[in-house]
Amino acid sequence: MTSKRISSPALRRRQVLGGAGAFVLAAILPAGRSRGAGMLVEDATASFAPNAYIRIGSDNIVTMILPNIEMGQGIYTSSVMLMAEELGIDPQSVRIEAAPPGGGAEITGGSTSSMTEWMPLRQAGAAARTMLQQAAAARWSCAPGACVAQDGYILGPTGQRLSYGELAADAANLPVPKDVVLKTPAQFRLIGRPMHRLDSQVKVDGQAMFGIDVQVPGQKVGAVAACPVIGGHVGHVDTQAALKIRGVVAVLQIDDAVCVVADHYWAARKGLAALDVQWVEGPNATVDTQAIYRQLEGGLSSSAILADHHGDAQQAITQAHGRYSATYRQPLLAHATMEPINCTIHVRPDGCDIWTGTQVAERARDTTAEVTGLPKDRIRLHSQYIGGGFGRRLEHEYVTQAARFGRQVSHPLKIIWSREEDITRDRFRPAYLDHLEAGLDERGYITGLTHRIVGPAVVARWEPSGLGANGYDDDLSVGTVITPYTYPAYRLEFARREPPGVITAWWRGVGGTRGLFVVEGFIDELAQRAGVDPVAYRREMVRNNPRALAVLERVARESGWGTPLPPNCGRGVALQFAFGSYLATVAEIEMAGPHDVRIRRVTCAVDCGQVINPDQIAAQIEGGLIFGFSAALYNEITLEKGRVQQDNFHTWRVMRMNEAPGRIDVHLIESTESPGGIGETGTAAAAPALANAMAAVQKRRYRFLPLLSPLNQPSGHEKEQQG
Amino acid sequence: MLTLQINGKSVEVDVDPDTPLLWVLRDVLGMTGTKYGCGTAECGVCTVHVDGRPVRSCSLPVGLIGPRKAIITIEGLQADPVAAAVRKAWLDIDVVQCGYCQPGQIMAAIALLKKIPNPTDEQIEAGMSGNLCRCGTYMRIRAAIRNVAAAQGATP
Repeated sequence: MTSKRISSPALRRRQVLGGAGAFVLAAILPAGRSRGAGMLVEDATASFAPNAYIRIGSDNIVTMILPNIEMGQGIYTSSVMLMAEELGIDPQSVRIEAAPPGGGAEITGGSTSSMTEWMPLRQAGAAARTMLQQAAAARWSCAPGACVAQDGYILGPTGQRLSYGELAADAANLPVPKDVVLKTPAQFRLIGRPMHRLDSQVKVDGQAMFGIDVQVPGQKVGAVAACPVIGGHVGHVDTQAALKIRGVVAVLQIDDAVCVVADHYWAARKGLAALDVQWVEGPNATVDTQAIYRQLEGGLSSSAILADHHGDAQQAITQAHGRYSATYRQPLLAHATMEPINCTIHVRPDGCDIWTGTQVAERARDTTAEVTGLPKDRIRLHSQYIGGGFGRRLEHEYVTQAARFGRQVSHPLKIIWSREEDITRDRFRPAYLDHLEAGLDERGYITGLTHRIVGPAVVARWEPSGLGANGYDDDLSVGTVITPYTYPAYRLEFARREPPGVITAWWRGVGGTRGLFVVEGFIDELAQRAGVDPVAYRREMVRNNPRALAVLERVARESGWGTPLPPNCGRGVALQFAFGSYLATVAEIEMAGPHDVRIRRVTCAVDCGQVINPDQIAAQIEGGLIFGFSAALYNEITLEKGRVQQDNFHTWRVMRMNEAPGRIDVHLIESTESPGGIGETGTAAAAPALANAMAAVQKRRYRFLPLLSPLNQPSGHEKEQQG
Repeated sequence: MLTLQINGKSVEVDVDPDTPLLWVLRDVLGMTGTKYGCGTAECGVCTVHVDGRPVRSCSLPVGLIGPRKAIITIEGLQADPVAAAVRKAWLDIDVVQCGYCQPGQIMAAIALLKKIPNPTDEQIEAGMSGNLCRCGTYMRIRAAIRNVAAAQGATP
């Protein structure tokens, strides 16, 4: 997602802060619930709540309410660091709470969290600190400026010392300051230094509560099956055999799905297996993968939206010394988060509670209000740790589904999708075709570039207001329009094609993942055609872009670019500006055979602006790369007769430790620019760096994903048919 | 009624014998540290120890276990020095991201290090490649296991 759409949540957050929106969240979980470090709490009691993000109790306990949800990206740790830096407390002492919908929780996605939190959370900490200083100054009859905040205490000019807890009640009576003074980078004690994750302890102890772990007194567990063809519905259901299974208590139906409810999940699964359901599959029952690709191929020569242009690229190509074109193809992709989709809900006549992991808390609340007919303020959503987001939990249809089943029963209901349901009923990263043509000068450099994207506009379904007036989806600009390169003339076209039989959605790296595979592959082809080293070729293209040049030079140096390699080995480079961060990546691989890829080493140079927690940037890039490599090598969702053919990890292959890179080295470039996003950058870098390395070894281009597809072999189609 | 030995305690459960151990732990006994990921022994997030061996609890029917086998879950590692060393290494290196697979990873790592206190990289991969991680924490899991091995090797 691009900057246009992420600006509004940030604005709303600032309004919450400016309005001193102290709010109270009713604690509904048992009071005795254990509260270890890193455990999410729900805490309504605090005498001092200067803003939406911080509460300080007279017991000296500081609770921070975090607007972005933790799904592995380390945002709880960096959010607390930002507030604690200004407030002057030990981050390890803080209790953490997920913001409720309407109380700061907006959308966690698009690698925007650190960008949007950078100012508001520091301001929140500074406002609280200022008020505590004022409260202390009033007690001691001195100037607030003479009071120093340090490690949870305000220190007075003559050696006085009061804890934040002791000052909390006084501070609560003071007005929230309009303007606060933030620390300068030279004064930072936390920001920019490595800090251990605050959620590690509960996660290594097995105590972290994910949505699937929630246990509400009286709850039953439901196993769900939706129509295997999108758009189909439930026909005849015979519940007799299912209800005979020990532990099964009910069989529920909605228009497109059934839910067998039991005392525990295994009984529900057995009940579902015994249930006799006839599906009415509907018109999508004829869709297969080839139909989706045929539809995309039609868009290569049809009319299209002009998405972006400068100069006259077509004329530049016509008049160029040389021209070069290529078509790239990418498949549908599933998310397959390790925690399968689930949601626990308790619908009552007077209200509703939801316990789940979601990147869109507000949408989850609102859909439940719609389904149940309850007012929004009667719906409480309790955000849990997310066992993998990757864009999957930007969808909330599973909350809608849980509400539709949950309203049929009086007890709390936890629905769990089996892994098979999770993959086959996922909402997929779309398939795309891209066609690029470049005009080239005598040295082989670009004089004009035209690029046509054929595929869906994900935003049109997800957030219709985000679709441009001309029908363009900005997301497609990442890696294309948003790039470290400057083209003398450029034209981007978009032929929108919404595929039949699947619902398309966001996937880690969004437009950057799809765009960079294409553009960085194409630029590598141009370098090869020009007979220029791929790093040298890019260096020439970004010679006027110092941040891009710096990461490129750094990665070349750190990766040993150009130094000799053993036989069957090669390196590939990718350069990007995406999510506000610059990244240059070199993958070094060995290919013992055309299908045997071993990633020996990956080197990354990163300029993501001001760094909050450096080791977690490395962690995100390591993990993002592996996520991207896994999909690039192995993954493609295919359909036959409207049914998804992959359903568990034997058909949806995920990179394992023995297939992971031998090493990944991440080098950070020091910067004082505003923080850029990082959680998706590694994933976006993975496919192009790897494809370019494979091209270097095999001396042929890899224009199709997955990279091990037979389509990438010489005369691939014939080979595929010969088997 | 079936009798099981879980984390040193004898537990009676009233379930069909084909019920996988995973769902007895999670839904009958309320021990949710052991996770569900695939149900087909392909991902390892449900790993527990049965008589010291790492086992995929999603595919082990409780009726086949018997009352004398020692089942250890992520919740039952308090007195285990190898487990303490593994957890410390996980914290030192900041292995976790989303954390969902980590109980299974930790159980697999403990079993590996008890069998082979100083594993080679190949042995680490052989012991750990049954455990998937979508966040891609493999680099740090490897490093953490090497750290534990080095620390144990340093202790006489």
